[in-house]
Parts: sequence; structure tokens; C-alpha cells
Amino acid sequence: MKDNIVIVGGGIAGLEAARQLLKLGYSPIIVEKEDHLGGHVAKWHCLFPDMTPASEIVSGLIEAAGQANIFLNTEISFMNRLKDSYNIMLSNGVSVIAKVVLFTTGFSVFDASRKEEYGYGVYDQVMTNSDLEQWFNTGKDQRIENADMNAVGFVHCVGSRDEKARNPQCSKVCCITAVKQAIEMKKRFPDAMIYCFYMDLRMFGKKYEDFYIAAQRDFGIRFIRGRVSEVSENIDGRVIVKAEDTLAGKPVKVTLDLLVLMAGMVCNPDCGSLAGMISIQTDTDGFFKSRDNIADITSSMKDGIYFAGACTGPKTVPETLAEARSAALEIHTYINR
Amino acid sequence: MIYQGKQKIWADYQKEIPDDHWFYVRSCIRQNFFPGSERMFLEICRNVLGKDFYETESHTTCGGIAYHCDTIPQETVMTIVARQFSLMTEAGYENYVASCITSFGNYLEILETWHEFPELETRIRELLWKACRREFNKPKYIAHASDLIYKYRNLIAEKARYRLVNRNTGEPLRVVEHIGCHYSKMFPSKGVGGAEYPYVLCGMVESWGGSVIDYPERRHCCGYGFRQYHVKANRGYSISNTHKKFESMEPYHPDMIITNCPGCPYFLDRWQYVIAEMEGKTYGENGYGIPVFTYEEVAGLVLGYDPWDLGLQLHQVAVEPLLDKIGIEYRPEDKYKGINKKDLMRPELPGVLKCC
Amino acid sequence: MGNIFGFNISPSSTVNLDNIDLTLFDRLHEIEPDAWKCMSCGSCSATCPAGRFSGMSLRKVLHNLQRGKEKEAVRMLKCCMLCGKCNIVCPRGINTRHLILSICKLYKED
Repeated sequence: MKDNIVIVGGGIAGLEAARQLLKLGYSPIIVEKEDHLGGHVAKWHCLFPDMTPASEIVSGLIEAAGQANIFLNTEISFMNRLKDSYNIMLSNGVSVIAKVVLFTTGFSVFDASRKEEYGYGVYDQVMTNSDLEQWFNTGKDQRIENADMNAVGFVHCVGSRDEKARNPQCSKVCCITAVKQAIEMKKRFPDAMIYCFYMDLRMFGKKYEDFYIAAQRDFGIRFIRGRVSEVSENIDGRVIVKAEDTLAGKPVKVTLDLLVLMAGMVCNPDCGSLAGMISIQTDTDGFFKSRDNIADITSSMKDGIYFAGACTGPKTVPETLAEARSAALEIHTYINR
Repeated sequence: MIYQGKQKIWADYQKEIPDDHWFYVRSCIRQNFFPGSERMFLEICRNVLGKDFYETESHTTCGGIAYHCDTIPQETVMTIVARQFSLMTEAGYENYVASCITSFGNYLEILETWHEFPELETRIRELLWKACRREFNKPKYIAHASDLIYKYRNLIAEKARYRLVNRNTGEPLRVVEHIGCHYSKMFPSKGVGGAEYPYVLCGMVESWGGSVIDYPERRHCCGYGFRQYHVKANRGYSISNTHKKFESMEPYHPDMIITNCPGCPYFLDRWQYVIAEMEGKTYGENGYGIPVFTYEEVAGLVLGYDPWDLGLQLHQVAVEPLLDKIGIEYRPEDKYKGINKKDLMRPELPGVLKCC
Repeated sequence: MGNIFGFNISPSSTVNLDNIDLTLFDRLHEIEPDAWKCMSCGSCSATCPAGRFSGMSLRKVLHNLQRGKEKEAVRMLKCCMLCGKCNIVCPRGINTRHLILSICKLYKED
């Protein structure tokens, strides 16, 4: 009982950490505020660069973490530090004394309606990357069902690298997600013109650049360097997008049947309240602050508090999984020190 | 278009507008272009709604046009504005309402500049004292006159004699609303509804029975743009922008345009004649143009004032087709009669744009 | 119609992507799949010996073709001396010489 480990968040980081901790002989407790495990990834369709179905990854993790003690629809109501452990009160009335708390609270998707000029929630044919993934999964979305798909646009960096939206950070995965989604749309609508409006393309990961080249060369996706400045609606309900083609130094406009906003990763608002309960720090970007951003990303400044995944900043799926494993090992070492 | 999405944004941009006791300042140019508008504003606020609006003959230009045309330095325009504030202070008011959008933007810009550079405010206070021995308090509230009509829009609707409805079809009139750039593009939080989807005129149109058109170039400048027009070599830019807006709104067949800026209605109105002459194209029905109004004129019309008392005979685009659509009574023979039936003489009619 | 005003309605400088006819470019793409592969890094233009005095820029040629500005592209390409320096520097491995010849073949003047 004195070695209780509470994992806050049942997304892929929490599940992977639980899987590793189970293998190490612990019985972690996962506290998840939603009614399902797998977090954002559970709602995704395919993962770059190999188009792995997200459901495969998530169901594998859920199966492997099945022996953990899992509370769904549960939040942390209260938490305070005891001498060398933490007293945690859950919203379902259960209270736990935990030696270790692992935060895997992840990120929130930027609320794209805050970029008023892009008209999300105002113009019918504007959606977000999450909406599009949902359509890939369910095949149900009026914006796509009710319109011809002759021209589709993707806007990179929506709410990322945007000091006005108070999110100066790069969300890391949107560039490659846009390329992935653009290819996916081209496959489904081969005659459609697909445009990506970007500021610069950050193709840092394994096979990302190949993906980008394929998008250009094999799928004819048209990349336009310039941030979309304004979106408006046509009389027939299509959207008109204005940007500058910064490579030509000329304004461009184009009429689209669908505009997809690549809403970025922002800090989970729970970060702030959880950090407040046990006096740990959040960073200037609102994400949890690691002990060291290079050498010790999974540790906090407080003993027994660990982090994994996008709760410390935007991460890809493999990065998140690697951090979860790393955190599990750190926790194991901490308990046995 | 998802109307609820706009409502959500409008809810985020509701500014506080005091109900009464305002120091009112006129525009330099509106009295020439739209001579009935400011009179109608005071008539509505004072006599129809019984509010306290004070104005003084000592008020001058705010210097905004000269400032935006780069003909006077910033210190000069600031000192002029400081003097206006001193007039307000002397009169014992702290709510300041401007008839002009350029002025409104100018006041906000200056207050913001003083906030960011307090030493500049000190210097302007010195300059004002040296120039005319005056001192001032900064206004507690600055509003544009359209904010007030927006605030009173439902009171006006209650007293309205006409609604913005087509008498023959019973359909709401299709109204283009055009907001002056300096209303909220500089400081979105200072405008009702923000900068992307301003609500100030939409609110009036909805309240008075019309339906608002949201067309692709809605946010675009009317074309005036100060230097674009005042430097003759640049006038092509001015009319090109206006042309762009008309081309964009054309498919929606607007019945009328409502504006809240001095320059916008002028250019949207007069350039229709020039476009007609240059391109042979008109945007209204049967060779007419799309009539353009100030919000005070529209308020006056729905309240049942005589169109010729509102100064509508000074518009380039004929307003009669719209008056007929709403069913507003008017005497065609009085169109060119001024106060005490003085004959104003009839203007020459243009060749392409049909006018009454 | 005579213009008595002394100014005109000027056409917009905005490139309207709706109106671009890419038929020819699509044909180019068929024979030169790399025509869409350029990422506008500018290496070719920086190294081009003709560029310094003639304004020739392969990056701009491709960009102009992609935006439907065929005349400007062809005019620029006339200054190419086929020296092949761009071929050496292109990080995307585009066979620029082959590409240039294909463009010349497809986009004949007028």
C-alpha cells in the first residue's frame, strides 16, 4: 500500500507507463476524467508516417494496461503532500495515499474559434484537424457529405506559433498531420485540388520528409508559403481564403469547398490547478515544468512527482511512449532507492 | 453561415456604454455630405429619447484626416485632441461621443499612445497650456455615436413607424452593413462585436426588421483610405477597392447599405456614379444604384421623418426605389426644396446611373 | 466609354488560384514528376551564372508555371544557358536540365 502509484490521465502516456509498471510488479492506479481510455489518440484515424491505425495502438495499450486499477470519469478533487507521500482525494470519493504521482495529463486542442478571422464555428465549410480525423473514422460529417470536394485547403499553425493566441510554441505534429490528411483527402477525392498554407514546414521526424516529397510529387498537393489572413464565405457557401504567396510576394486567394484548420496543442488547463495543489511549477507556456528540459524531462522539482508525454509540451506519439517508459523506470528506481 | 457562432463572438465583445450625459462632437465632413445625420442623431437622443447630449461651437476638427494624410505631425493632432478634451472638461462631462469614426479611432489611438508613452501626455499637456492656457481630464468613456444608436436600437424600434421590410413581399430587406475601418480594427475590444464580425450595425438592422448580408469582401475598406483618395494620383486605388466590394456584394442583390463612418457612405455612394461612367455598370435594380445610408438616416427613416428633412436628396444614388419598397411616404416635388421651401435647384442627371 | 476622371479602376494584383489553367503544367508533371517537387530553396537561382545579369531563376520559373504565369516563365527561361550548375546543387535531386528541356518543348512561345 505504501508503494501506491497514481497515474493522472489515461491517454497513451498513462497507459504505456502503467503497462511498464505492471511488468515491473507494481499495481498502478489510472485516474481518467473522460469516459474512455486512449485520450486524443483514441479519436484519431491513422498515424504518420506508416499510416498505422490509431485504434490498433490504443487497443494494444489498453489490453496491456488492463490489470491496472482504472477509474474512468474521475478527476483529482484534492491533493496534498504528506511527509514522503501524497494524499489524493478523487472525485468519486476514493482517497489514496500514493508514494508516486505520474502526471500524464497531456494537452488540449487549441480552440480554433478563437482565431476569429478563420471563421471556425461561423462559416459552414470550416473544420479542424480533429473534425477531419473523426470523419475518417465515422464517415459522418455534413461539411463533407453535403458538398462537392473540388478544392480543399489546410491551414498550418492555427493557434501555434501565435503570440496573439498566447501560444508561442510550435505544436510539432501539425505539419506532418496536415501532409498526412492532405494525402488522405487526395486519395478519397482524386480530382480535388489540395492546398497547404504554411509558414515553414517542420519535417523533423523519421520519414516525414519522404512523406512531404510524396505529397508534392506523387499527390500534387500544392504548398503555398503564407499564413492565411482571412476567410470569408461565398454566396454558395464555399469559403474564400486570402493569403500572401510569400515566395512570389503576391497576394493569393482561392475558393474552397472545405477548409481544415490545423489546431495546435496547448497546455491542458488542468496543469495549472494540479500544479497549484502541490506547489510544482508550470513553464512559461503553461505546460508542466520539468526538472531539466534535456537531461531530466520526466522528473519534476518535487520528489515522487513525475511527468510523461504532452503534459510538458507538444510531443509525437513515439516520443510520448518513450517518455512513458522512461518515467516508469525512473519511478521504479525512486521506489527502490 | 452559422449564426450562433457569430453570437458567441458578439458576446465576447460587449462594451460598456453609459446610458446618458454625453459630450457630443461632430465630424468635419458629414455636415456637408450627409447634412441631416448629425441633426437627426441629436434629435433622436434629445427629443425622442430625452437624453442629455451637450455640444459646443468651440469644437474643431480632430485633425484626423490631416494626420492620416501625413500632413501634420502626431504632436499636433494630439494637441488638437487635448483641446477637445479640455472643452469636455470645462463643460463638466466625462462621457465623450464622436460622430466620426476617424475621430473615434484617433481618440482611442491617442489615449493608448499616452498610456504607452506617458511622457508624451505630459508634453502634450504642456503644449496645450502654452498654446491656449487650457487643461483637461481624459474622458472616462469614449463612444462612437453608432454605439449609442446601437444601445438605443430597441427603443427606436418601439417607436418606429416603418420597418426594414419590403412592403410588397413582406420579406426583410437585404442590408449590407459596412463598418469604418477605424471603428474596431485598431482596437477590437473597443467596438461592439469586435473587429472580424462587428455587431454595431447588424444589431440595428436586426432590431429594425432587416436581414444582414455577409459577403466575401465585407471586411474590406470602402476605398476612401485618406491618401488613396486625397492624392489624385492615387484615386485609382480608392475606386478599385470600392469596385471590389460592389463586385463581391452584387450576387446578394442588396436593397441598401448602412454605414457608420463619414467617408464610407460618401465613397460607396459617389463611386457608384463613377463606376457606372467608367464601366457602364450599375449594381441596383433597373439601372439604379444601391442606396447608401448613414445609421442616423436609417434611424430617422424608420422613425418616420421626412426623407428630405434627412438630407437624402444629397445622395448620388437615388433613394426613392428603397422608400417605395418600405412604403415610406414622401413628396417627390419637395426633393429639391430646402428649409422654408427654398429652391435648391436640380442637379444634372448622370448618363449611366439611373437617378430620380 | 471615355474616361473624364483621370484615373482608372486598376485590376487586382491578387493571384486568384480559382482561375489558373494548369492543363499544360499537368502534362509537364506527367513527363517530369519532379515538377511539383521543388521546395523553393533557391540554390539553383543562387548558383545560376545567367541569373546575375538576366534575372533568370529556375525557382521562379517553376513557381510562375505553378501559378499560371506561363509567359513570364518562358521569358525567363530564354536566358538559360543549360550550363547545368543548378543540377549540381539541387537538394531534391531534380534533373533540372531534363526539366528545363521539357518545359521548353511544352511551353512554346505564344
